[in-house]
Amino acid sequence: MQTIIEIKNLRKIYKDNKVALDDVNLNIFKGEIIALLGPNGAGKTTLISNICGISSITSGDIKVNGFDVVDNYREARKCIGIVPQELSFEPFEKVINTVNFSRQLFGKKPDGKYIENLLKKLSLWDKKDQIIRSLSGGMKRRVLIAKALSHEPDVLFLDEPTAGVDVELRKDMWNTIKNLQNSGVTIILTTHYIEEAELMANRIAVINNGKILLIDKKDNLIDRMSKKTLIIHTNSKINKIDKALGKFKLRISNDKKNLEYDYSPNKKKTGITTLLNEIKKTGIELIDVQTKQSNLEQIFVEILKND
Amino acid sequence: MINFRSIKAIYIFEMSRTFRTLIQSLISPILSTVLYFIVFGTAIGNNINFTNEIPYGAFIVPGLVILTISMQSVNNASFGIFFPKFLGTTYEILSAPISYVEIVIGYVGASATKSFCLGLLILMTSTFFVDLDIKFPILMLCMLLLSCVSFSLLGFIIGIVSDNFEQINFVPMIIITPLVFLGGSFYTIDVLPDFWQTITLFNPIFYLVSGFRYSFFGTGEVNIIISIFSISLFILLCILIIWRIFKTGYKIKT
Repeated sequence: MQTIIEIKNLRKIYKDNKVALDDVNLNIFKGEIIALLGPNGAGKTTLISNICGISSITSGDIKVNGFDVVDNYREARKCIGIVPQELSFEPFEKVINTVNFSRQLFGKKPDGKYIENLLKKLSLWDKKDQIIRSLSGGMKRRVLIAKALSHEPDVLFLDEPTAGVDVELRKDMWNTIKNLQNSGVTIILTTHYIEEAELMANRIAVINNGKILLIDKKDNLIDRMSKKTLIIHTNSKINKIDKALGKFKLRISNDKKNLEYDYSPNKKKTGITTLLNEIKKTGIELIDVQTKQSNLEQIFVEILKND
Repeated sequence: MINFRSIKAIYIFEMSRTFRTLIQSLISPILSTVLYFIVFGTAIGNNINFTNEIPYGAFIVPGLVILTISMQSVNNASFGIFFPKFLGTTYEILSAPISYVEIVIGYVGASATKSFCLGLLILMTSTFFVDLDIKFPILMLCMLLLSCVSFSLLGFIIGIVSDNFEQINFVPMIIITPLVFLGGSFYTIDVLPDFWQTITLFNPIFYLVSGFRYSFFGTGEVNIIISIFSISLFILLCILIIWRIFKTGYKIKT
């Protein structure tokens, strides 16, 4: 896969000596959606700001489309569009004017047809002559996306695009992002909504305390890190686990009717057959068995706990 | 290579703000100037005579123009850059493929253009009150332009370093207005006591007003070369400060 953003040994230390990014290495591939997942203050926005030139780099290298963001900032920045977390606008400006301004600010010739298509795609065309102040929160977010896409960038940064928006709008935004990916734009999404990362991303990078703790394809990550739990329903109350079952590290459920057994589905031997045989020997009568898979949220919590 | 399209984008965006607030941008300063002419030029001015050759009403025209354009240039440029900071839209400027020099040209250029047009409008307005015969019109236009650029650069610096609207207003109200009033806008410094004459020589606006007045009447209180040198020095100082601000990212980058 072709690398579109290459980050090597990136460090960012603020004036108060706070280390915001600590030796970050990351390659982002053309056409993918990568989610930067991390709690507040993890360094997600700082990473984006460093790539886009909004904050200065302490040390390290960043290349966008092969152009260094410091030495060759003009070429690098032409490839980038950014949608900030905050809804920041000139409140009395018309939608069409602010989008045209963004296009020309990035050195592109005015192109009425492109802007018209863009605004139509984002359902903003009928609002083009409205002043931004009069728009709803969701529409304002779309205007920010239109501004970021106005100069036809190859890479789009979305900094927590669904923070504070309602469920319906969030789903709408996810559709928009998917459509953008289909049109060939590489998308870097920062979020602390696990559901969002799980639904949208091809790859997920978990970031905390300025470090990338883990990066992998979403499916690999779930496969690699996920646990399954076997829930064994019995028809009698269990107060104590039989000694013979001690090696399985079973748990008793709160209602004392079920036994729970954690196992890794990716291992060749899960131990389920042995466990069920041992249970049979103890004379416990089974009613039902079921399995439960851990989701990305539990994986994320696990990663942060181990950091 | 200079990115003219980006400069033009900032310039037009800033100029469009003027058209949205036309009354505030043009009518208000012109009205203030008219009041100055009525009070100082006509009502009181008929009893004042600093120079035998120049009527007092005409004498104060250059000072009034400098008073207005200095305030307007500082306000225009400081609000131009402070407003995006306040609204949080500087991210777009900082992430655009545009150099710091181009950013400054866009903002300061728009601010200076507005002030320059305003200066010309005030001059036209003044002709309704006094007979104005400008001796060196080209020099006058150059001095007007230099003044607009220099104060716009100062305003740009104020806009960047200010953290709130109070600080934005502080410099024009507390520093520039007194300096213009005490810089010989409405009198010649030889009417002052010796001590205040010496103090006035440290006021940069004095050289500006003197040079501007020279372009109107062919006489100034200091040599025109000294005036031009002073303005150039002021512009250079502002450019150095702006260069330093962008180099260090002071108050614009984290």
